[in-house]
Amino acid sequence: MAGEKGRGRFFVIAIPYIWLLLLFLVPFFIVMKISLSQDVIASPPYTPLLDLSKGWSGFLDFVSQLSFSNYFYVLDGDNEFLGAYGSSLVIASISTILLLLVGYPIAYGMARASRSIQPTLLMLIILPFWTSFLIRVYAWIGILSPEGLLNQALQAVGLIDEPLQILNTDLAVYIGIVYSYLPFMVLPLYSALEKLDGTLLEAAQDLGCTPLKAFWLITFPLSLPGVAAGALLCFIPAVGEFVIPDLLGGSDTMMIGKSLWTEFTVNRSWTSSSAVAVLLLLVLVVPIVIYQNIQARQLEAGK
Amino acid sequence: MNKGMSWFNVTSIVAGFAFLYIPILLLVIYSFNASRLVTVWAGFSLQWYASLLENEQLLDAAWVTLRVAFISSLIATVLGTMAALALTRYGRFFGRTLFSGMTYAPLVMPEVITGLSLLLLFVAIGFERGFWTITLAHITFTMCFVAVVVQSRLVTFDRSLEEAALDLGCTPFKTFFIITLPLILPAVVSGFLLAFTLSMDDLVIASFTTGPGATTLPMRIYSQVRLGVTPEINAACTILIAIVTVVVLIASVVTKHQEKVREAEERAAAAQ
Repeated sequence: MAGEKGRGRFFVIAIPYIWLLLLFLVPFFIVMKISLSQDVIASPPYTPLLDLSKGWSGFLDFVSQLSFSNYFYVLDGDNEFLGAYGSSLVIASISTILLLLVGYPIAYGMARASRSIQPTLLMLIILPFWTSFLIRVYAWIGILSPEGLLNQALQAVGLIDEPLQILNTDLAVYIGIVYSYLPFMVLPLYSALEKLDGTLLEAAQDLGCTPLKAFWLITFPLSLPGVAAGALLCFIPAVGEFVIPDLLGGSDTMMIGKSLWTEFTVNRSWTSSSAVAVLLLLVLVVPIVIYQNIQARQLEAGK
Repeated sequence: MNKGMSWFNVTSIVAGFAFLYIPILLLVIYSFNASRLVTVWAGFSLQWYASLLENEQLLDAAWVTLRVAFISSLIATVLGTMAALALTRYGRFFGRTLFSGMTYAPLVMPEVITGLSLLLLFVAIGFERGFWTITLAHITFTMCFVAVVVQSRLVTFDRSLEEAALDLGCTPFKTFFIITLPLILPAVVSGFLLAFTLSMDDLVIASFTTGPGATTLPMRIYSQVRLGVTPEINAACTILIAIVTVVVLIASVVTKHQEKVREAEERAAAAQ
């Protein structure tokens, strides 16, 4: 029986492990390798390829041909990439702050609602998340366009005379990100606020704390793990966002995900788009590691 | 805690849900618009649903999407459940940190990186791109979502039942299927549904890993949306929203029912 147990354990670990090694880790090494190669006009459009049949000398050839020129190209201030990294970080940061401002009151209200309606509220928050991301971004085109519903409504009530140009601006990108990522922000905040021990607030109020002061001194600090998880869960994918700036943003909205896509599909440079990807990952390594630690600690605490 | 709802709480919930639902609602309403112009209301009409049924490109894309989503979410559910078991049940094994890193990282990894790296892998090994490369890519990123969902159920799991079964001579394999799996089934089902909708929804990874002849519905919708908003797309989106809503509602009713049954059984067992 011990043999069977050992074998079972081996397969349960090995099968997903090997899958992720082959389809998650190995592809990264390939991206890294290609980012250090040179463009050629051929298929596949890059060189060098590691020739394993030549053994050690083949490996040395491979190493000697590695080139950092793609990185210099991407980091050259004359090209758009540095600006795109910068504006992606700015757009993602501002979006995350807006998400916190919009999401916190919703999560707080949900956590304070009566127990009987909490499951329904939770489902209503999750339901849009099950609905296609693309559809939800697309819905905003009809609302924000110059002849769209928002401008029609504003003109009807006489607030504006001329339609506002909202679609194809950075403002539309912020609206799109806040709208699409809201469930990601509300859920971790809600689970942190829902666990909050109400007796602490009662004690504070008995001791003469105003409700607002009690919120700042007790509720908010205790909800910080939820704030951190929600912020990272929104910030990290927002940096690499591609669909929202492409559909809602203007021609001057630069984000790195879009630049990578253009570099790959339009300019057909596999090597420099790989370098863009590696640098994007380097930018995101710190927040990803922090997120992973929070996630692991929360599961640990659940035990 | 005072459970009375203050006006502030009520306002923030109502405003929040209005923000979430009004855009979707408007899209649904305008799919029944008689006008070709998406933003001008010209009376009720089902013509866009009718023209949808004749749009073979869109129907083909929907069929590809459904097949990819079904196959990939089935396999992802098996792999993700295994990964969750490995991470919660087996304390130490070689490369555990790497393994847990690989199961969390894809959750937050920008899609452009995942898509690009998988495409370069398929090119490097000379794998012909199309239906199966999209499916493989979808299995890889959705299995991580399944793993997290199942894992959160496994950490609150009472293991005494499993231990009892093992003590009574059940093999670990049989114990999993008659004790563990039924108890974690709601999490496994919601993991499957999550993987299914993520696969149906994915645009970026599919665009990178696709090849000739395999266009998914999001790719088709995306290329039409870029040419301009059409009521036909509104109709297609409305159908998708309706399907998802019905599936999620059924799933939540089933889960609630299962929980009630389990609670009743537990009460009955405690009373004995």
